[in-house]
Amino acid sequence: MKDTPLSNCERDFLLNAIGEKRRLDGRQTYDYRNIKISFGTDYGCCFVDLGKTKVMAQVSCELITPKENRPNDGIMFFNIELSPMASPAFETGRQSELLVKLNRQLERCLRNSKCIDVESLCVVSGEKVWQIRVDVHLLNHDGNLMDAASIAAIAALSHCRRPDVGILGEDVTVYSPEERDPIPLSIYHMPISVSFAFFQQGTYLLVDPCDREERVMDGLLMIAMNKHREICSIQSSGGIMLLKDQVLRCSKIASVKVSEITELINKALENDKKVRKAGGRCGFAQSMPQERITALKADVSPVEMAGIKENANEIVQRAEAPSQSVPSPVLPAPGTGQVGEGLQTSWGLEEKEEEEEEEEEEEEDVQHVVEEQGRGDVVLISDSDSEEEEVVILNQEALPTKGTLSKQQRAADSKQQRAADSKQQRAADSKQQRAADSKQQRAADSKQQRAADSKQQRAADSKQQRAADSKQQRAADSKPQQKNKKQ
Amino acid sequence: MAGLELLSDQGYRLDGRKATELRKVQARMGVFAQADGSAYIEQGNTKALAVVYGPHEVRGSRSRTLNDRAVINCQYSMATFSTSERKRRPHGDRKSTEMSLHLKQTFEAAVLTNLYPRSQIDIYVKILQSDGGNYSAGVNAATLAVIDAGIPLRDYVCACTAGFVDETPLTDLCHAEESGGGTSLAMALLPRGGHIALLQMDARLHQDHLETLMEAAMTACKSISKVLDQVVRQHLQEVSALTGE
Repeated sequence: MKDTPLSNCERDFLLNAIGEKRRLDGRQTYDYRNIKISFGTDYGCCFVDLGKTKVMAQVSCELITPKENRPNDGIMFFNIELSPMASPAFETGRQSELLVKLNRQLERCLRNSKCIDVESLCVVSGEKVWQIRVDVHLLNHDGNLMDAASIAAIAALSHCRRPDVGILGEDVTVYSPEERDPIPLSIYHMPISVSFAFFQQGTYLLVDPCDREERVMDGLLMIAMNKHREICSIQSSGGIMLLKDQVLRCSKIASVKVSEITELINKALENDKKVRKAGGRCGFAQSMPQERITALKADVSPVEMAGIKENANEIVQRAEAPSQSVPSPVLPAPGTGQVGEGLQTSWGLEEKEEEEEEEEEEEEDVQHVVEEQGRGDVVLISDSDSEEEEVVILNQEALPTKGTLSKQQRAADSKQQRAADSKQQRAADSKQQRAADSKQQRAADSKQQRAADSKQQRAADSKQQRAADSKQQRAADSKPQQKNKKQ
Repeated sequence: MAGLELLSDQGYRLDGRKATELRKVQARMGVFAQADGSAYIEQGNTKALAVVYGPHEVRGSRSRTLNDRAVINCQYSMATFSTSERKRRPHGDRKSTEMSLHLKQTFEAAVLTNLYPRSQIDIYVKILQSDGGNYSAGVNAATLAVIDAGIPLRDYVCACTAGFVDETPLTDLCHAEESGGGTSLAMALLPRGGHIALLQMDARLHQDHLETLMEAAMTACKSISKVLDQVVRQHLQEVSALTGE
């Protein structure tokens, strides 16, 4: 299933916002989203939340024969799975470019940097070595998969315990966790990747792009470092042209971020160790009551409220007041008004429209409209692409003024107003889909409202009728009474 | 590998080069008549062949057509006899796909694709003999092939590898130096503006050394661009002599 394409207006909005140094979620340029690291009940299972991106890594160990050219080394195998539950763009079975890219990046980041001592994984040289397999599953895609995957992988590797082995001559016994405590892997350092997204041919850069920002970016630069300020891997992707200074600047930013994230991972590992020692329920079993994986909850984020009233007042004052005059009302026929088409709205609206923008404009014009009624100089408009079956033209005298109209007539007027309004709005809209959809909606809605109004009318009619009838009745009753009285 | 000194005390490498010396580069353009553009390059013992078809109509899925620019389709493969041990490489394996993606990304940045909307340019690179710097040789060959095909480029795309041993940067690594476990950086550069089209680095390097390493790689790429420029001009002379201009 293909992903929904990003609309041009959304793209422009995002790029303009980035040009003004604003991000969708209010972060600063170099800020990461909230990172949450939690571990499962088994050793080697780790869940990482990077904002809304959720990733799960699981480490498993197996004894196999080593490669021929490296008989003393254990084997590390990395695998990232993009499951369709993460995003509608991912499909099962098909190896997409993104998948290959992520897999290779993770491999290069963790394997080539030699973060794990593979020689310690050797059991019998040339015959039996441990194969450490790291499977990373993507559960929810909201941008920056590489960082989340690298954090999850290295945290899972740090958390993992492999079974203890005993060697007696040629016999190799693998002890189960009950017999002997499993031993942790020997990890030299923790490489963590930091992603930088570039926009507008390298003018702007953002750290930790979310899904929307990733869609409009020009390219991505991934720098993997460890806390000792050693760069483990650099990879630029996308068609961006970098300059040497940009890369150096990014590496400085990355070193800061990596030290923060490494601390976070260590803290999480410490916590988990404590909980396990205390014998408490840990990991997956705790995730349900604490709603860690099951809920897509956003944390309470503080919002700057100081001076918000002054800001709002300022904006309102700076906003242009709607113009008081209309050059000449161009009316399609006597008694009807016009909305939009670049001219002043000359039609009073009392009902709510679906489009909020027009509603706001028109609400301001309502007061002026009532005064402008009854002006002469009506000009007939030749074009009328109205799709309405009935276009009822009102008489001049029947224009809405307060109090003089009966309820019936007002209902009829507003009905025609809406019909004329929606007609004009449709004419003014461009051929975008949104316009077409809202057109349909409005037709449907105005139809419904007309039905409702006619219902109201009938109800009003019947009410009046009943009122009239009861009046007559009372009159009729009182007449004989009077007659009786007289008599 | 113990005992293999990548940089001796006198400053010589395994094959006798100095630290920042490049290997001998020999190249030819217009190797095949069938293709729109082709080139062959030898960098030391690494031999690469590149062929360009295009711009032509988008083949395969029509949906890949872009309205405003050309699609670049790259395929990178190594011959089975290219390494010391014969390895049958299935085309879809991860390393080849990754290299193809990198090639595509590099040339999308360099080729003026907006001159050919709704069309496709194919670039095929084959490594005939691999002795380190496979990707770089591939990129250099592809640049020459694209120029041979007459497709406009922003600038020459030159690529080179660089490593770091004993506080000294080495350029244009051979296979033993690459797989020795030390740092290896691959860079594709557009020399005139100093724009880096692709940057890829493996293995650990301290942050402070990054600048030195990148500088060395950029200098090496600029030297290679001079060589490529010479090859192009010579080829043009030969061709124009044949056509009697």
